[in-house]
Amino acid sequence: MDPYISISELSFRRGERLIYDRLSVDFPRGKVTAIMGPSGTGKTTLLRLIGGQLKPDQGSVVVAGQRVNELSRRQLFELRREKMGMLFQTGALFTDLSVFDNVAFPLRTHTDLPETMIRDLVLMKLEAVGLRGARDLMPSELSGGMARRVALARSIAMDPELMLYDEPFTGLDPISMGMIVKLIRALSEALGLTSLLVSHDVEESCSIADYLCLVSDGRVIGFGPPDELLHEGNDEVRQFLRGDPDGPVPFHYPAADYRQELLSS
Amino acid sequence: MMVQRLGRRGVSAMQSMGRAAILFYRSLLWGGPGSAGWRDLLQQIHAVGVRSLSIIIVAGFFVGMVLGLQGYTILIDFGSEAALGTMVSLTLLRELGPVMTALLFAGRAGSALTAEIGLMKTTEQLSAMEMMGVDPLKRVITPRLWAGMIAVPILALLFSTVGIWGGAFVAVDLLGIDEGAYWGNMQASVEFYEDVVKGIVKSVVFGLVVTWIAVFQGYDSVPTSEGIGKATTQTVVVSSLAVLGLDFVLTAIMLGGV
Ligand SMILES: Nc1ncnc2c1ncn2[C@@H]1O[C@H](COP(=O)(O)OP(=O)(O)O)[C@@H](O)[C@H]1O
Ligand SMILES: [Mg+2]
Repeated sequence: MDPYISISELSFRRGERLIYDRLSVDFPRGKVTAIMGPSGTGKTTLLRLIGGQLKPDQGSVVVAGQRVNELSRRQLFELRREKMGMLFQTGALFTDLSVFDNVAFPLRTHTDLPETMIRDLVLMKLEAVGLRGARDLMPSELSGGMARRVALARSIAMDPELMLYDEPFTGLDPISMGMIVKLIRALSEALGLTSLLVSHDVEESCSIADYLCLVSDGRVIGFGPPDELLHEGNDEVRQFLRGDPDGPVPFHYPAADYRQELLSS
Repeated sequence: MMVQRLGRRGVSAMQSMGRAAILFYRSLLWGGPGSAGWRDLLQQIHAVGVRSLSIIIVAGFFVGMVLGLQGYTILIDFGSEAALGTMVSLTLLRELGPVMTALLFAGRAGSALTAEIGLMKTTEQLSAMEMMGVDPLKRVITPRLWAGMIAVPILALLFSTVGIWGGAFVAVDLLGIDEGAYWGNMQASVEFYEDVVKGIVKSVVFGLVVTWIAVFQGYDSVPTSEGIGKATTQTVVVSSLAVLGLDFVLTAIMLGGV
């Protein structure tokens, strides 16, 4: 496996809580990997560590051969500009700019292209997500699914090598969700992207991911192609993928003995 | 327990001052007024200026009228009501213009700036910018800091001008002071450097400080609606106190003959 992202011995804490304890994991180049796990385990945190928005307390994050956590501010911005795109959970469109200007933003900021060429590029990206006709709308006029597609067009505007998706399916109606699923797969293949996708929708993730990476309690509890994990993973992995309410992850939050508690009151 | 809490508060205040200093350093010392494009700078000046324009004009007129009334009752006892124009204009140019403008600006434009930037943070727009390789400090913060520094002195001059008219309205039209005396004595005694320039210097400093506090509070806010609410209140409180405190310091320095 040829890793595009390589994380080794990474530790990260928030206050008292150790979110990652010496985590080591590689993400393969040119594939879609879905990072899955319960809410609050630190999936978004992992994306931010990869994007250099957070610094690990220990260990290293290597993206495209560069140690993200040791880059200067300027080098970090350059790496992001040239290699990375990220789709945020809320879309994060600039509310004071139209759809067209949102997608044009990175191009106008980072290149000296003439306005006619920017126009062509923007329309191309918007066409790819099926929203060329919505170019003059403002973000407040878009539905949740449309906003996320515009954000997707914006994040691929600079032709990144790596796409990070933070919960791209959450809060969408079934049709919009289907569109996003299809787009992520299609874009990854057409552009040869390395994609990391944070999600807890098992079905959608399995349908587009080449690999699943299951995270729980700051550890990777399973990594591999979806089929393999479903059939050969350990109990914890299978519980998560099948959505069993009880198993190695207990249904009950740790508590005093039930009988005793009832009797003592 | 008490001491511990006090200590923790002190430490967190120091830490946020440190973060404010870093923000200042990265956005202002590294970025000139045109770092996000001149059009953007103009837009920001327009935004903060227009937001505060009506309140500045109305407040300036009222304050000038009050000064006219109060000044008249004081000066008439000494038989020197002809000096009313001088008194009104000096009070406005040296003190009330810069200070009142900064306070009004903090309440109107400052709180709006905090809310705007806090909202950009909450909706991950700032993070999105970072991930596109665009530094939000240069792109969002720098032009707003410059805009505040440019807009506040202009607004302060406007405040003083309107105030002087307000004073004239009370003095000449209502109290019947001689029009020539009001304007003539004013022109004879107001000095361009001593009074006008020093007032402008003050309001440049106030504009910078208020805007700095406002953008920092937004940038540093807890990204929830509750956090934004708290940050806007904090902006008004902190920047008002900062303006009044700084006014004393600046006045002392200027009267000391710097
Ligand atoms: N800015 C923050 N400050 C303090 N704690 C945070 C912050 N962001 C996230 N956390 C905490 O870190 C943990 C992991 O968060 P996150 O990465 O967002 O989880 P996930 O995306 O897997 O749901 C959570 O317990 C969360 O409460
Ligand atoms: Mg998350």
